[in-house]
Amino acid sequence: MYDLIIIGAGPAGITAAVYAARKKMDLLVVSKDIGGQAAWSGDIDNYIGYQFITGPELAAKFEEHLRKYAITLKENEEVIELKKTGDIVSVKTNKGAYESKTVIIASGKKSRELDVSGEKEFKNRGLTYCATCDAPLFAGKDVAVIGAGNSALDATIQLLKIARRIFIINIAPQLTGDAIMQEQIEDSKIVTVLNNTQVIAILGDRFVTGVKIRKEGKEEIVFCQGIFVEIGMVTNITFGKDIEKNDFGEIKVNSRNETNIPGIFAAGDVTDVPEKQIIIAAGEGAKVALSAFRYLVQHKFG
Amino acid sequence: MYSTPTCPYCIRAKQFLTENNIVFENYDVSTEHQKAEEMVQKSGQMGVPVLDIEGEIIVGFDKEKIKQALGL
Repeated sequence: MYDLIIIGAGPAGITAAVYAARKKMDLLVVSKDIGGQAAWSGDIDNYIGYQFITGPELAAKFEEHLRKYAITLKENEEVIELKKTGDIVSVKTNKGAYESKTVIIASGKKSRELDVSGEKEFKNRGLTYCATCDAPLFAGKDVAVIGAGNSALDATIQLLKIARRIFIINIAPQLTGDAIMQEQIEDSKIVTVLNNTQVIAILGDRFVTGVKIRKEGKEEIVFCQGIFVEIGMVTNITFGKDIEKNDFGEIKVNSRNETNIPGIFAAGDVTDVPEKQIIIAAGEGAKVALSAFRYLVQHKFG
Repeated sequence: MYSTPTCPYCIRAKQFLTENNIVFENYDVSTEHQKAEEMVQKSGQMGVPVLDIEGEIIVGFDKEKIKQALGL
């Protein structure tokens, strides 16, 4: 049995692991990947100590720091069940089962999906969730950006110099991203904004050929070869049904990163902590490990 | 490797190959359109990175598959 199992190896999980290792806790890290969303980020200018660093570089630094300690790391492993029985938390994954005295959930967030027909089928066949990665492949093509917040506007701006025409498909009455980005988009002749518009389906044969939309009660088709889905994030948590969450599916934690279940802690973007930033997730990761350590010291295990 | 300069997973894939002393040729599909088409032909999809390891096509930075194909 472990002292601690950390679920997730993004900024929060990795920082927690380093702190826990330094407290000589017997720990296991289980994660789908290393670096989390930080590894996906483009340029980072606000992680203290680095005036400029790219997401992949910072993620590599995090990993290097983690590997300095003899921490058991199970990569490519996903948690499917988390249960507390008596004093013991059992963690079931797609590859194994483990028991621990404490658990830290730091599984983060991922892109929200549209949940319409054709989405899964055409993923990477014209439909993408990563404008930073895939925008250059749509040079001279017509594309649709779905969403209206900062990430959608950021994707649009990246596409301005690349695509032939851009349709922004927005379910709300107006764009919500930063004014400075909206202005840049309004000035462009190649962008068409479709407000009050709902996506019904992704269309295509081998690759994407268009999006079926509903606008003012009428169904239409926007013909395009690329679709960029930028409709926000959802938490990576399908396990632990008894853990209290807010309306956004974020785990509720107190200032000590405790959840409603003693011995189960959480940190980073998966929690209801305000502001989702790499440096905040890392800070929360330090705090949560110390909280788990305190719990181990104070708690008598039967 | 077929990649774009901005894609974080492409950067990580390149890091991984370099760390393991693997010599590889990189095509920037954001500028080399012929190579972009070749990539779509080979992989049947448009996501980057795509690795062609002696005929074995690997889509994405799939460390396990890459290790296996390279015998690491």
